[in-house]
Amino acid sequence: MGLSITLTINGARRAITLDDPRVTLLDLLRERLDLTGTKKGCDRGQCGACTVLLDGRRVNSCLALALSHDGADIVTIEGVAPGGQLHPVQAAFIAHDGFQCGFCTPGQIMSAIGMIREGQNWGSGAGDDPERVREAMSGNLCRCGAYVGITEAVLDAQRAIAEASRRDAA
Amino acid sequence: MNRFEYARPATLAEAVAAGAVPGAAYLAGGTNLMDLMKGGVMHPGHLVDISRLPGLDRIEWLSDGGVRIGALVRNADLAHETKFARQFPAVAEALLSGASAQLRNAATVGGNLLQRTRCAYFYDTASACNKRNPGAGCDAVGGENRLHAILGWSEHCIATNPSDFCVPLTALDAVVELQGPAGRRAIPLETFHLLPGSTPERETMMQQGELITAVCLPAEAARFAGNARYLKIRERTSYAFAVVSAAAALRLDGETIVEARIALGGVALKPWRPRTAEAMLAGARPDPAVFNRAAETALAGAKASGDNAFKIELARRIVVRALALAAAGTPERVPALPASPFAGAITHA
Repeated sequence: MGLSITLTINGARRAITLDDPRVTLLDLLRERLDLTGTKKGCDRGQCGACTVLLDGRRVNSCLALALSHDGADIVTIEGVAPGGQLHPVQAAFIAHDGFQCGFCTPGQIMSAIGMIREGQNWGSGAGDDPERVREAMSGNLCRCGAYVGITEAVLDAQRAIAEASRRDAA
Repeated sequence: MNRFEYARPATLAEAVAAGAVPGAAYLAGGTNLMDLMKGGVMHPGHLVDISRLPGLDRIEWLSDGGVRIGALVRNADLAHETKFARQFPAVAEALLSGASAQLRNAATVGGNLLQRTRCAYFYDTASACNKRNPGAGCDAVGGENRLHAILGWSEHCIATNPSDFCVPLTALDAVVELQGPAGRRAIPLETFHLLPGSTPERETMMQQGELITAVCLPAEAARFAGNARYLKIRERTSYAFAVVSAAAALRLDGETIVEARIALGGVALKPWRPRTAEAMLAGARPDPAVFNRAAETALAGAKASGDNAFKIELARRIVVRALALAAAGTPERVPALPASPFAGAITHA
């Protein structure tokens, strides 16, 4: 059977041949494409460290079978700051100390980017309600307990992104 | 994870044929199946990827006012579909109270109905489990079982069904559409999941090769839209399974209940619909004494299966509270903490 797939990863098309159908999207990224920014925490969909955008939506890449996503568009933490310009969510995590050890941070940032996008698409945004941000980010665990800074960072990044899109529209 | 043959059939007919092979499992969102395969709990020899089957990812409004939800609709997409959330608010609230945003983006409607129990002994392959290994016994009996069933259990299995989504769906008379080798059929969700009896390995009415194609809600279910809630007690406020949950929906005419619907989650191996309690509410006034009597009736047959007698009283109180919330009216927007008893009550300095 053909185990060849094509994925667009951070804007670049990649033709990939798998030698085993069991490879998850997470293992493909880390072990075969050397994109180690996406972290393997629990590997069971419980911690969110492996969060990536799959066709624009945040998912746990540890529970996604790579073969099942032939043709998909994937964005990982390596793809959010083209040209070295920090993404507003990255900048906000730094400004608000949204991390300590940093292991969960790529997943947190990808999840926050996905969350802000969901708000724009579904009108389900958190607005300026920290409770809604905490709820929307509850799929990302931080064992250092940087949650206060993470919540502030996400709220701040959301404001910055909304402001930038208002400026663009004007 | 075991090795498997992977196939991605292009049509429903091909999928049904591929899925009818013994040892085959369907893969859609994969959020439960991949986890179970990684843990060695499930080891299908054939994985039939149905995630791209055409036509199953739509929410269709029927001419009679009902809705047909394709089995591949993502949990998040359904919960955020404006018309759906307005007509079936308790279903949207239940969906948003389940799992995490990442999981809701991947998990499908059909997969939610077929998710396996979260009983730790089912997950631990070193433990005896009659579901995993029929006849092996049940280590949950006499084990760590404070979260286990209080209704409909047997000495062979005391596990619970973990779904939130199925709870209001059951209260609202949802119907499951199946396609199989012998054709199409429809089964009320209330009878779709099976109680354990002496065959806990049989979990639903489905046969090998059958595939869920849709879940339908009748037009009558939307009549409860103004007074429908889902309430869920968890050990964490977010991203946790229910210890006990309840959906409550009322149709009111002034100060009289015309019709009531109740279903309980986390208490049995299926969503539990206490129809006698529902019937008691028809014609009554929506007040605490009436709700208390209905809740007593709903839990009348409950029995602890271990260290979980507290769940009987908890479930009774959750029914009362869910009914009171429903009577107070569906909120304009799903609360910041969906289905939480703490909604609006927690402040963080």
